[in-house]
Amino acid sequence: MAYVAVKGGEQAIRNAEALLAARRRGDPDVPELSLEQIKQQLQLAVNRVMAEGSLYDPDLAALAIKQSWGDLVEAAFLLRAYRTTLPRLYYSQPLDTGKMVVQRRISAIFKDTPGGQKLGPTFDYVHRLLDFKLAAEDNQFVAPSQATEAAIAPTPRALDTLAREDLITMPAPPQATEDGAVPAYGAVPAKNETPPPYDLTRQPLDTPLARDARLQNLARADEGFLLSMAYSTQRGYGTNHPFAGDVRMGAVEVVICPEELGFAVAIADITVTEVQMVNQFKGNQETPPQFTQGYGLTFGYNERKAMAMALMDRALQAKALGETVSNPAQDEEFVLYHSDNVEAQGFVQHLKLPHYIDFQAELNLVRQLRQTAPSSPPAPPTAASPPLTSPAVAASPAAVPATLGPAEATGACES
Amino acid sequence: MAALAKAPLVLLEECLKTLGPLPDYQLLRPSETGLAMVRGRSEGTGDPFNLGEMTLTRCVVQIVQPDHPAIAGFGYVAGRSHRHAELAALCDALLQHDDWAEGVHAQVLAPLQAAAQAQQAAAAAQTEATRVNFFTLKRGES
Repeated sequence: MAYVAVKGGEQAIRNAEALLAARRRGDPDVPELSLEQIKQQLQLAVNRVMAEGSLYDPDLAALAIKQSWGDLVEAAFLLRAYRTTLPRLYYSQPLDTGKMVVQRRISAIFKDTPGGQKLGPTFDYVHRLLDFKLAAEDNQFVAPSQATEAAIAPTPRALDTLAREDLITMPAPPQATEDGAVPAYGAVPAKNETPPPYDLTRQPLDTPLARDARLQNLARADEGFLLSMAYSTQRGYGTNHPFAGDVRMGAVEVVICPEELGFAVAIADITVTEVQMVNQFKGNQETPPQFTQGYGLTFGYNERKAMAMALMDRALQAKALGETVSNPAQDEEFVLYHSDNVEAQGFVQHLKLPHYIDFQAELNLVRQLRQTAPSSPPAPPTAASPPLTSPAVAASPAAVPATLGPAEATGACES
Repeated sequence: MAALAKAPLVLLEECLKTLGPLPDYQLLRPSETGLAMVRGRSEGTGDPFNLGEMTLTRCVVQIVQPDHPAIAGFGYVAGRSHRHAELAALCDALLQHDDWAEGVHAQVLAPLQAAAQAQQAAAAAQTEATRVNFFTLKRGES
């Protein structure tokens, strides 16, 4: 549908924007929220905005949340818009999540997994009862602490146990290249060098896609969409029977290798959530029965999203594993094209913009059709009049011939 | 360089103050904010993929003194603080300067590393307090 631009309304638009700013601020007698408050006390919102905005910067995410009046999808949109104003200077070396300094680590498959189970700050096992003490201010909470003798050591992956028995395929640990770098997008791969990973910010989303592109898409996908799609696989629309093999959240080092410097340098520790799901796999003619896995990785503490991502990553491997693709969650095109909330909200919300000319055209068409066939029953949908095929038009009372009684008319509305 | 990049700016400024007057320097490349595409690996150890971007600020300074060869210092920090990138670059340059290296090591790097370690230990202790030992119950059927 073409969109015809409209003119006018400048003053009203300016005033609406000013009204929004004033309403967003709320009662001026109530102290204004500071970015630091949002960053500290609404950390999970900040994390979600960073993940879906696909930009790790807690300060900017907090600003976006404040500016968007707490609308997290709008905040993610703001971050996406902002990132387009900056040059991309570097590509990091792939994060070494094996060296994560964990703040939380659980495994639902092995009770005594090496590295232990540490609940960390979690809502799990907490009663979902409103805590009215929080409604009062000046709350003081002390974090329990237990000094440990052991030096901070990397936590081994729970799935390594399965890999040792050859019951799951684990990719070989990364081979250190000369500078540890992975080629940038656009770089011509040298002989025997793998091409750079797919980059959705620079390459079109064009299915079928390899797993690297799918993972990037899922990592920035809308949490609600991923959650529902993942849920559908568990309920039977995807024959997934997953176990949470390893769920961890903590800090990993980001390392870049600037050309002008000639060696690798760490620039920050960022918080990420990583999930490895274990799924049963019957095997096929070439592969003996074994477990397969789905992988989830997100910026920040975003456990629900990371788990949903891991389920979806596994569901989307259906084709590669020779499974029947019969459900929406296994359909790469369906999932990847509808997962991005910045795109989705844009297309859905553009319907609010003035469509006066478009609608006038449809209105004229419908009037014309009725004039040319005043007494005939509703015409079957034809290719020449696609708007009439839409259920809304077909089922509207106006389209029901006057010869039908009230009962039939109601039936037509409900169909 | 990692310690300088990861340090909170306030702390870095405080440590630098203890060094007294610093040598003059010029900005070879003034602070500039851009993005780094952060990559992950499927399964944590497999093929790389693009996870998302992060903001980053870089800066290059140069110390030129009559009796010394010119020294360039590089700073790369996460976020958008031009000041942080500049100070990190300056410290990097001072660390290559014979008269300053020792002082910067003792009065800047050492306190920054100590602070980072203390913070990490505190966080680790809090995590440790949530270590759980699940046990499975024997069911009645056997």
